[in-house]
Amino acid sequence: MPEPLAEQPLDAAVLVPSDVAAVVQAVEASPTRKLGFMGWFSVCWLVCIIGAAVLAPILPLDDPDETFPGLQRQPPVQPGHLLGGDASGHDMLSRVIFGARTSLLVGFGAILLGWVVGGLLGLMAGYFKGRADTVLSTGFNVLLSIPALVLALSLVAVFASSDQNASNTRRIVVLIIALGIVSIPVLGRITRASTLSWSEREFVKAAQVIGARPRRIIFREVLPNVLPAMMSIALLGIAVVIVAEGALSLLGVGVTGVPTWGNMILDGYSQLSELPHLVFIPSIAIFLTVLSLNYLGDIVRARFDVRESVL
Amino acid sequence: MNLARALGKRLLALALVLFLVTLFTAALISMTPGDPVDLLVPLAESDNPEIQQTVQEQKDAVREDLGLDEPFPVRYAHWLGDFVQGDFGKYYRTNATDPVGDKIKSALPVSLQLMVYAQILALVVAIPLGVVTAYRAGSRFDRATNASAFGLLSIPNFVLGLFLAYYVGVFLGWLPNEGYRHPSDGLVEHFRYMALPTITLAAAQIAVYMRLLRSDMVQTLQEDFIQMARSKGISDRRVLWRHALRPSSITLLTVSGLNVGTLIGGALVVERIFSLPGVGRAIFDAINGRQYVALQSFVAVLAILFVMVNFTVDVLYTVIDPRIRHARATS
Repeated sequence: MPEPLAEQPLDAAVLVPSDVAAVVQAVEASPTRKLGFMGWFSVCWLVCIIGAAVLAPILPLDDPDETFPGLQRQPPVQPGHLLGGDASGHDMLSRVIFGARTSLLVGFGAILLGWVVGGLLGLMAGYFKGRADTVLSTGFNVLLSIPALVLALSLVAVFASSDQNASNTRRIVVLIIALGIVSIPVLGRITRASTLSWSEREFVKAAQVIGARPRRIIFREVLPNVLPAMMSIALLGIAVVIVAEGALSLLGVGVTGVPTWGNMILDGYSQLSELPHLVFIPSIAIFLTVLSLNYLGDIVRARFDVRESVL
Repeated sequence: MNLARALGKRLLALALVLFLVTLFTAALISMTPGDPVDLLVPLAESDNPEIQQTVQEQKDAVREDLGLDEPFPVRYAHWLGDFVQGDFGKYYRTNATDPVGDKIKSALPVSLQLMVYAQILALVVAIPLGVVTAYRAGSRFDRATNASAFGLLSIPNFVLGLFLAYYVGVFLGWLPNEGYRHPSDGLVEHFRYMALPTITLAAAQIAVYMRLLRSDMVQTLQEDFIQMARSKGISDRRVLWRHALRPSSITLLTVSGLNVGTLIGGALVVERIFSLPGVGRAIFDAINGRQYVALQSFVAVLAILFVMVNFTVDVLYTVIDPRIRHARATS
């Protein structure tokens, strides 16, 4: 479907010859019309990895904690063990998939928390304006003034690592909450900015005039229009959180008992010279996942014209 | 006149945000479960009553010193009073304390060097790439650069850091992969030690800045004043660098200010990988050593740094873009 004419710049670019300008338009606009190879690749990868992570317990995989005597220090492609084994003989394929489970759980969990809380607060700030906006925006600014990783690190350190025996579940929950709190102001600010502009539109005014309640207006009139902006930031956010999980592992406050992509990379790093696949496999998994999320997030953003400067 | 008032108002807001940030940090840290004193004074696992006596006395002294018997607002007021006077609290060790200020004085310059080098490297690489890809938008070079930027953006900094440390530092042995040399020990040595950390920290920023500048530049190049400049016969090169770059760099400037937060987070990771004695290291040590007063001061210092940078960027807008200056003066 061609773009409406009015959205194309009418004055021909001077530095760029008109035919090149057309190409620019095509390049810039193509993600909005179809996904392209990279888009489809991203979707496929995400579907595969999320599917594998969710279905891991019922897939015909080895137990990630089981050690196989013949599998120690074996490089990829062994009979029955596609990705080889680690130093103690764990099956790498099952570890990377169970690692995906934790890494993706943290990523999606934290962003879901930030999405619901930040989204609601942003909608309220943007719709009611006035004092509510002042208070909430100041809150967002205060949280944003602390560098994100420093805040996450402090939160995890305060709530989890004081107890060395904290169970894995507790550590994961603390990690999700900490990274969720960090993402609240980011999603809150985006939602607020988007809400501010949409709540001035005629259909919102009309709903107010016919006496609809604020809650109805917010959820039925404003929210559907604000969602795309929230979606694109959420996709980018999940990628950031998955990386942050690895960074926190490196800083000594991550999950330790169960495999995650982050702690797999760190555990394997000491044997990078002899067993490079221990580091490469989880690194590639993180890279492809982050790449896919970034790419799709970018497509959504280009499609709905979410300005980065609003961040 | 209006400008001065606007600036005053912003300074007031700045002070409020800084106050709330430190209050939030203090509240967060006071919520730490368990008795901080037990964590501060290493538990003497001894039956010797004399040692136990000493430990008890030390604990009492620390408790008194930290004001732990007082309510939170009083404690916070004390900390804030000391903080604004340059007393950042103490680092507690068995039988002794070190001022946290000393730690900040030695660690902050290292982190600042790392961040400034990374920012400079990122901008030096990203600006020419952004300008050229905008000028040749849609060309093969543009698409290749864009694709590599996307790839670069998706490599987590700790993965890049670990790979560089191993392959360039250990395997090839070209550059040192851990430690720090003060600039006074020789600038060449200093930069050799800072090279890998700087590259690690700058990599993702290059991609971000390049993409931003390119998209703004593509828009600027379609504006009337560019057509005007061109029709006067000014060379493409001059139009690009003298006429188009400045109005295109507003978003770049904003984001490079906001990115200081990302850089600080990245510095935490990079300093850990390359064993640099910066603030990231100090925070890591403070958390592991349960030095929560020190942690509180470190976080406050970083937050102040971050907020001040963004305040400066906001003031710089008016310098860069006269349109904003006029808009602000009239509103």
